[in-house]
Amino acid sequence: MTQRPIFERNPQNLTMNAAYSPPSPHHAEHAGPPSGLSRWLLTTNHKDIGTLYLLFSLAMFFVGGTMALLIRAELFMPGLQIVDPHFFNQLTTLHALAMIFGAVMPAFVGLANWLIPMMIGAPDMALPRMNNWSFWIMPFAFTLLLSTLFMPGGGPSGGWTLYPPLVLQTGDAFPFVILAIHMMGVSSIMGAINVIATILNMRAPGMTLMKMPLFVWTWLITAFLLIAVMPVLAGAVTMLLTDKYFGTSFFNAGGGGDPVMFQHIFWFFGHPEVYIMILPAFGIISQIIPTFARKPLFGYSSMVYATGSIAFLSFIVWAHHMFTVGMPLTGELFFMYTTMLIAVPTGVKVFNWVSTMWRGSMTFETPMLFAIAFVILFTIGGFSGLMLAIAPADFQYHDTYFVVAHFHYVLVPGAVFSIMAAVYYWLPKWTGHQVNEKLGRVHFWLSVIGVNVLFFPQHFLGLAGMPRRIPDYALQFTEFNMISTVGAFLFGFSQLLFLYNVIQTIRGGEPATDQVWEGAHGLEWMLPSPAPYHTFQTAPRVD
Amino acid sequence: MIDRRIVYSGVMIMGSVLAAWATGAQADFTLNMTRGATAISREVHDLHMMIFWICVAIGVVVFGVMFWSIYHHRKSRGAVPAQFHESTLVEVLWTIVPMAILIAMAVPATKTLIRMADARDAELTIKVTGYQWRWHYDYLNEGVGFFSTLATPQAQIHNHEHKHEHYLLEVDRRLVLPVGKKVRILTTAADVIHSWWVPALGWKRDAIPGFINESWTQIDQPGVYRGQCAELCGKDHAFMPIVVEALPEAEFQAWLAKMKTASPTAAASDHDSTSHL
Repeated sequence: MTQRPIFERNPQNLTMNAAYSPPSPHHAEHAGPPSGLSRWLLTTNHKDIGTLYLLFSLAMFFVGGTMALLIRAELFMPGLQIVDPHFFNQLTTLHALAMIFGAVMPAFVGLANWLIPMMIGAPDMALPRMNNWSFWIMPFAFTLLLSTLFMPGGGPSGGWTLYPPLVLQTGDAFPFVILAIHMMGVSSIMGAINVIATILNMRAPGMTLMKMPLFVWTWLITAFLLIAVMPVLAGAVTMLLTDKYFGTSFFNAGGGGDPVMFQHIFWFFGHPEVYIMILPAFGIISQIIPTFARKPLFGYSSMVYATGSIAFLSFIVWAHHMFTVGMPLTGELFFMYTTMLIAVPTGVKVFNWVSTMWRGSMTFETPMLFAIAFVILFTIGGFSGLMLAIAPADFQYHDTYFVVAHFHYVLVPGAVFSIMAAVYYWLPKWTGHQVNEKLGRVHFWLSVIGVNVLFFPQHFLGLAGMPRRIPDYALQFTEFNMISTVGAFLFGFSQLLFLYNVIQTIRGGEPATDQVWEGAHGLEWMLPSPAPYHTFQTAPRVD
Repeated sequence: MIDRRIVYSGVMIMGSVLAAWATGAQADFTLNMTRGATAISREVHDLHMMIFWICVAIGVVVFGVMFWSIYHHRKSRGAVPAQFHESTLVEVLWTIVPMAILIAMAVPATKTLIRMADARDAELTIKVTGYQWRWHYDYLNEGVGFFSTLATPQAQIHNHEHKHEHYLLEVDRRLVLPVGKKVRILTTAADVIHSWWVPALGWKRDAIPGFINESWTQIDQPGVYRGQCAELCGKDHAFMPIVVEALPEAEFQAWLAKMKTASPTAAASDHDSTSHL
């Protein structure tokens, strides 16, 4: 039983957190958090920061969702009814930014904060004060971003991809948007540094890399992706800023620049970003399916290698987002082939999950329901992704609702369902209360029906020729748009059940056992429920 | 089991509402990509269907195994979990088999892509310029050029009037092309990036300020083919449609001759339409 030395070397952590008293592990495990607002403002505790991230993410999920419902309401019928085209474009832009940077990414960072130390037997994250800062930047970044809606000329309306020259037509909001993106980037990079430092330095004795739970593995790889690409985004948006205000011509053909170069730089960030939003989801699903199949994960090491392969490939496929910009033939061929290759490691993952279920002894509690829906619906999103990889066909699909359907399938019943599965799965460990299972299942079924009614018809719309990002459309697109909007409202309002269920579970409920789920294995399930404020102050030994 | 009953009745209600609506309203439920009006568009459609059926086949196998497992290997049926958790053989197998399928798919896709990139030997060249928010067409070396602007009245867009059949897909002046001739289309833009897309031609191509992109088409059948701008270009992105009218060679030549003699007026009306914006 050895204590990892990192905390002893860093006495400042001890003074930051008054409740922390390392000499007696037994005493410390019963030490509670300080009370009041300062607990949350000044906290360096990974569980508190995880909670903050998750609550922030939930709030942004509803903000971005409200924007989505406004978009879908406008698209219910042809003609302009509810919003004008300029505001519609602001909604599509901010919906994407809020969901990507505000909802999905912070949710995964929140889960990383809560779970990684408990899964590897560490007492906290390696850099607790930076952890505090990386969270508290986020509310300011989003206040800045959302405040642009009230500025002269309105918020950003050029799409979240910020393509010049269009984005340079943004009004007073422009520098605020750029600064907000910089702040989110700084927050993400600090979060990623913390994850890497924690995983590489603070694993319990015996917790070798190849014994780590897959959620930890996928987050380790995700963190490297974040560190690699967030600075690229920062560079791209800074060049936009100097093009607009300081007379440079990086992306202005009139000054010798190239608007397509922005797209190359943006998607060099943007494609790994897609995997930043899905690799931790793979990790979550790889934790949940073995638990409810009561059988070890099939092909653990191939799962690790597949994740690594996907991360590597994510750096050499970016221009498949730009097949129509007029690249040379050889460029189009290269990006078509590399993109098709991604199907291989992704397929390996799906096959491994199915093999884990095969000849298991399955039960279907809410986390498992969400996990199974993830596997099926993410795979459907993967299929349309494979179709989009075929460059000649992409010339038809590109910038249509087919693309909208594709990435919403991988992000909503993909990333978002995995986050919900994770919340249902670990909430009893966090709160000490069982989740209301019946309500959870109703939420699941409404969500899974809603999400398919919402997004499946969008495949047909895209194939029939409806471009994305339009507030009004030709008459032949009416019926499927109506169905899609009905699905959107069903899905959107079902999430209030989720909110209610989470609040009720935090407030009370059946006490949860330490193991919570019959088939759950791993260090976090050996801790009491709820997990004490400080855990693993003495490192456990993993055999 | 109350929750299950709620779920089933919910599905039933939604299903019947949708069914009643679909049969009652004579709705236009276009499901698939158009086969289009060119050899290339048919090739693209065939590639699309090929990859689609490959995906369906893989889906049937994977989801079939999964649902079999969900049905048979459940605890409530007394299933006892096996403990196997790895097999190098199957991992290698399900890496190599998808790889082979992908290579088989890449071959026809590569052939089509190479054909699409070959714009040589065109008999007519059109320069397409995207503006916020309309298109300009130049018949290079013919001295003919004009703007093409949305013809749908604002009253229809704001729901004061009944919407016409080609709502938002109608223009004041169509791009007229000859049938059976290889036409080279150069796309560029004057302000921001646009994208010129007519689904029946089988492709779209971005119109980028400061750059010229080269594409080509050869339309088989006379007819009117409609499309619209596909790259977000600002407030009226939804309101800059494209209408191509394909005419038999003789009619096309007659149209072109008429446009040439009328070119001073055409130029003047171009000027008018520029100034009224």
